[in-house]
Amino acid sequence: MDVRGAQVTEDKMKIARQFIQALPHARALGMELVAFQEGTAEIRMPYDEKLIGDPETGVIHGGAVSALMDTCGGAAVMSHPEAGGTATIDLRIDYMRAATPGQAIRARAECYHVTRNVAFVRATATDDDDENPVASATGAFTLEVKR
Amino acid sequence: MSRPRPDPVQLVKQRRDSALNALVEGVPYIRFLGIQFDRRGDEVTATLPFQEMLIGNPILPALHGGVTAAFLEVTAIIELSWSYLWEDIESGKIDPQTIDRSHLPRLPKTIDFTVDYLRSGLPRDAYARARVNRSGRRYASVHVEAWQDNRSRLYAQATGHFLMPPPANG
Repeated sequence: MDVRGAQVTEDKMKIARQFIQALPHARALGMELVAFQEGTAEIRMPYDEKLIGDPETGVIHGGAVSALMDTCGGAAVMSHPEAGGTATIDLRIDYMRAATPGQAIRARAECYHVTRNVAFVRATATDDDDENPVASATGAFTLEVKR
Repeated sequence: MSRPRPDPVQLVKQRRDSALNALVEGVPYIRFLGIQFDRRGDEVTATLPFQEMLIGNPILPALHGGVTAAFLEVTAIIELSWSYLWEDIESGKIDPQTIDRSHLPRLPKTIDFTVDYLRSGLPRDAYARARVNRSGRRYASVHVEAWQDNRSRLYAQATGHFLMPPPANG
């Protein structure tokens, strides 16, 4: 990529980061945008005791993982060059294992196909053990074309 | 033959309410979202009172899709645990005086959860009720519906599969 291209990507990333920060619930969960380009996005959610779902083990509630997956899926759609806006139509999450208490969770989402109105998204969530995902998700999102 | 005299109403209510409280309180994430539970007999309704921090789209504004997913999942898990405990609550096997987290079985674990977003969540209170469609020894399937102003106009619904906790005594 040339210097100008890198600058454009950086600006887009900055705007996207501000965009995520402007979502009150994303802010409440401490979400940070790590990557954002051409139909893919990565978001990190730090471990926080207020997100615990099982007080005996300290494992984060599945609902918080869902919120992360949904935000990341939406971000992946927004990173698509044609997207002007999006909303979730449906989202299925498979919980493969409990996230390790104390570790941040990272979601990576990829918008693998878009039609005129719909974006299809796949996502995975991992903690520090990158090889064994905590959860995976598939979803359909609306695609509102840029005007 | 005469049936045994039913327990006084206060005792029955106290038993049920303290069991439901024990399930809910102590889960930090339920407190974080501010979800409350109402009980009529064995029917449990969850309420998500509106707060600014639940917003996902500040322009519309609309509830965050992740909040809706979390609200539905919390409701499904509490309903499933509640229906699993019901017999023991009614028989008096669960003692309302001593009941707390440590006296309860482990919570069911979510295997998968599918949310169907029907309309955008408005910036106001939301309600949800779950139905256990099948609850076996190991696996359970739960359906949950959420609405805001009209019970018949759902704004989201979900189905989840859960792994049941092993029975308390082996």
